[in-house]
Amino acid sequence: MPTPLFTRIVHSRWSSPVALLLAWELASRTGLIPERTLAAPSAVIATLWTMLVSGELPQNLLVSFGRVGLGLAIGVAAGVVLALVAGLSRQGEAAVDPIMQIKRTIPTLALTPLFIVWFGIGETPKVALIAFASMFPVYLNLYSGIRGVDVRLLEGARSFGLSQAELIWHVILPGALPALLTGLRYSLSIAILVLVVAEQINASAGLGYLINNARDFMRTDIIVVCLMVYAVLGLAADALVRTVERRALVWRPSLIKA
Amino acid sequence: MDARLQFLDHASAMPLAAPADPIVRLSHFTRRFGDVTVIDGLDLAIQPGEFVALLGRSGSGKTTLLRTLAGLDSAEGQDVAVPAARAVVFQDARLLPWKKVWRNVALGLKGTGIRSRAQHALKEVGLGHRLDAWPLTLSGGEAQRVALARALVREPQLLLLDEPFAALDALTRLRMHELVLALWRAHGCAVLMVTHDVDEAVALADRILVLDGGRIAAQERITIPRGSRAELTVPLKEKLLGILGGGEPRGDQVIPFPYAVGA
Repeated sequence: MPTPLFTRIVHSRWSSPVALLLAWELASRTGLIPERTLAAPSAVIATLWTMLVSGELPQNLLVSFGRVGLGLAIGVAAGVVLALVAGLSRQGEAAVDPIMQIKRTIPTLALTPLFIVWFGIGETPKVALIAFASMFPVYLNLYSGIRGVDVRLLEGARSFGLSQAELIWHVILPGALPALLTGLRYSLSIAILVLVVAEQINASAGLGYLINNARDFMRTDIIVVCLMVYAVLGLAADALVRTVERRALVWRPSLIKA
Repeated sequence: MDARLQFLDHASAMPLAAPADPIVRLSHFTRRFGDVTVIDGLDLAIQPGEFVALLGRSGSGKTTLLRTLAGLDSAEGQDVAVPAARAVVFQDARLLPWKKVWRNVALGLKGTGIRSRAQHALKEVGLGHRLDAWPLTLSGGEAQRVALARALVREPQLLLLDEPFAALDALTRLRMHELVLALWRAHGCAVLMVTHDVDEAVALADRILVLDGGRIAAQERITIPRGSRAELTVPLKEKLLGILGGGEPRGDQVIPFPYAVGA
């Protein structure tokens, strides 16, 4: 007869990852997985602690944050401006949208060699790649969000004598906000993805530099620490947008009430 | 008390009494969409404070006419006079879901004390307690009352109602009829209500217009007080439905009412 505790453990969503970690640790301790292939979880945690205390991890993380922050700021701003131009006027649409659609067909990372030729191997190509990649999700979502605003709401507001500027401010932009936030979420995850690749370009600081360095010295523990940090970054970015959404979209009745 | 149906030979729908100073005046108004003529040389005058119901089949042009009066459809180069102070209540309340109820009511208002004006208007429609509610949490009837408050807070001279109660259940609709009449009496604005519900038109209006083929095919002035129209409803409904159903209206098809003395 299984005890209730045993059943709870088996049914818990935590049990399989924990079991995997335990198996990994056990395999490392018994020498089944050599350290040069993959460091033990305990070693990874020890390394994480050392890197935190020595300031190595926070310093490099800050550098990476700076790149993502600057790249995102440029990319999102450009995406928003272009989407407003294309979404709010026919001429703007004719001018902007074809170019953006062409841009969409080129994978951003394939531009890396060209960006290195143009911008060298300093900070500029890294930030430019992140900006370039994160622009499109914001543009595409906001543009379709603006075009998808309910014409009946627009007409209703127009019947109360709102000017074009007031219509944009009170009806079109709030109506397109959920789409903008969806785009922002995609942009954040793409920015982190591009960061990983961009930081492999001759970096002397940042998460990518740490990983490259660790690879040269076969320090699998440091590599795993950096992978964990990337995962945490992704989770944090998602949580950030969720928080913004909860505050900005309070008017939407929640579909699922706990 | 004369409640005869006037069949008009020339699509004119001027009120019986000589119009003193109509608040709405359309003369020989025509609207075409491509090759389709939706409204064809229509004449219409509405007096200040008059409650007019506009009946018509789908496609008869009643929505186009309302959109013209609301300024949502261009009437450029035509003889159309509408007051600047006008407001519309649509069939779907068209509240902005991202604005709280009172901000929806206050939409486009300028000046100070906007919130208290909105609050006053919402109290008038019995929603003084839902000021800070989000529109998507309102019931259909509540949303429509907010839409009424949003229209009336502008103190319109002309209130346009586009099938405002069509999506409501029967009981809510009756309550809304009472409310609209009370508000109309309190504000003294002229009302043009587009509807396909003959009962509703008979219960509320001073004058019923029947739109057909882009013209006003018939009009009916009801002078019987609103409370005692129950008996009028059946024969009048048959008549109006007869016109709406098509066919040439002829004088001998008119069914006399009990009230029509000397008809």
